[in-house]
Amino acid sequence: MARRAGAPEVSAGSMADIAFLLLIFFLVTTTIETDAGLDRMLPPMEPPTEAPPIIKQKNIFTVNINRNGQLLVEDEILSIDKLREKAMAFLDNGGAPSGSPDYCSYCKGKRNAESSDNPTKAIISLKNDRETKYSTYITVQNELVGAYNDLRNREAKRKYGKDYVAMEAEYLNPETDDSVKEELKEKVQTIQGLFPQKLSEAETSSE
Amino acid sequence: MSKFAKKKDGEVPAVSTASLPDIVFMLLFFFMTVTVMKDSSLKVENVLPNASEVKKLEKKDRVIYIYVGKPTREYEKTFGTEPKIQLNDKFASPSEVGDYILMERAKKPQEIQNVLTTALKVDKNASMGLISDIKQELRKVNALKVNYTTYEGDAFNNLQ
Repeated sequence: MARRAGAPEVSAGSMADIAFLLLIFFLVTTTIETDAGLDRMLPPMEPPTEAPPIIKQKNIFTVNINRNGQLLVEDEILSIDKLREKAMAFLDNGGAPSGSPDYCSYCKGKRNAESSDNPTKAIISLKNDRETKYSTYITVQNELVGAYNDLRNREAKRKYGKDYVAMEAEYLNPETDDSVKEELKEKVQTIQGLFPQKLSEAETSSE
Repeated sequence: MSKFAKKKDGEVPAVSTASLPDIVFMLLFFFMTVTVMKDSSLKVENVLPNASEVKKLEKKDRVIYIYVGKPTREYEKTFGTEPKIQLNDKFASPSEVGDYILMERAKKPQEIQNVLTTALKVDKNASMGLISDIKQELRKVNALKVNYTTYEGDAFNNLQ
């Protein structure tokens, strides 16, 4: 029997191939998904005895979606791609006369006395049918949130030279430094104070 | 000078690839640990609508998921074709949502119980009636922070 000189070397060349194969499998199957979506706050359950606060009709912007996905905005039929424009005009109106406590110094709207007094008073009321399709509802929500974001962006650009959406994303990012966060928090809250998101969702009607 | 004896000609020294598997294994383990296997298999159709004004849902541990959609084909026979709610692994009625939220909330550590978000993953063809019922239930248990999970994209694609 021939004596072997030392242990024979096992060829490890194909090991890499096998490992690569596994690697590629996991690479393909991995979905490092970060869910994204529209954040909303639901109104808390009100005690039934409490009387609802009285809000002037001109400060309410009503949006009604019917079962066919058609919009009734301020008692007029409106196509959905005009909604953002209209909502922005309403929020940015600043109808209160100068000198009154509700006067809005940063509004660039038409200052129509028949429309909202001040962005902080303006409320968007969204109503939908039980048969409304979810995708239509999301589109409307998206447009309304978009109207707020556009206005907030405008103010943030004017005050800080930065986009509001970008600032908020940075503020919410857990990797952001605490010191930066502290600074951003103040700015974000200031902008939110200028255009607070007041989006009320009534309970759905069944007809 | 036998120490520096000339090597024989024509023999290219082989590059040692012995450490290559180690490197690749390292990568492999990275991806294996990062991969999140879905903890509940979807029993409903779940094509989310598009939206452009989205915010990312950070911190997975603070999210409770609710799925809504038509039962997939294999469950169609038993559960029909009307949109249903899926909680964890089973179908549920709107009235069970509240209990589910409370149960999930109790499972989380105390300090984050107040900052939980409910992610609604709703199929785009579902109707709002069911969503309204869910919203009512969420309000009852004071789970007010919701996130309508969507894909990022143009919202007007939803209307087609």
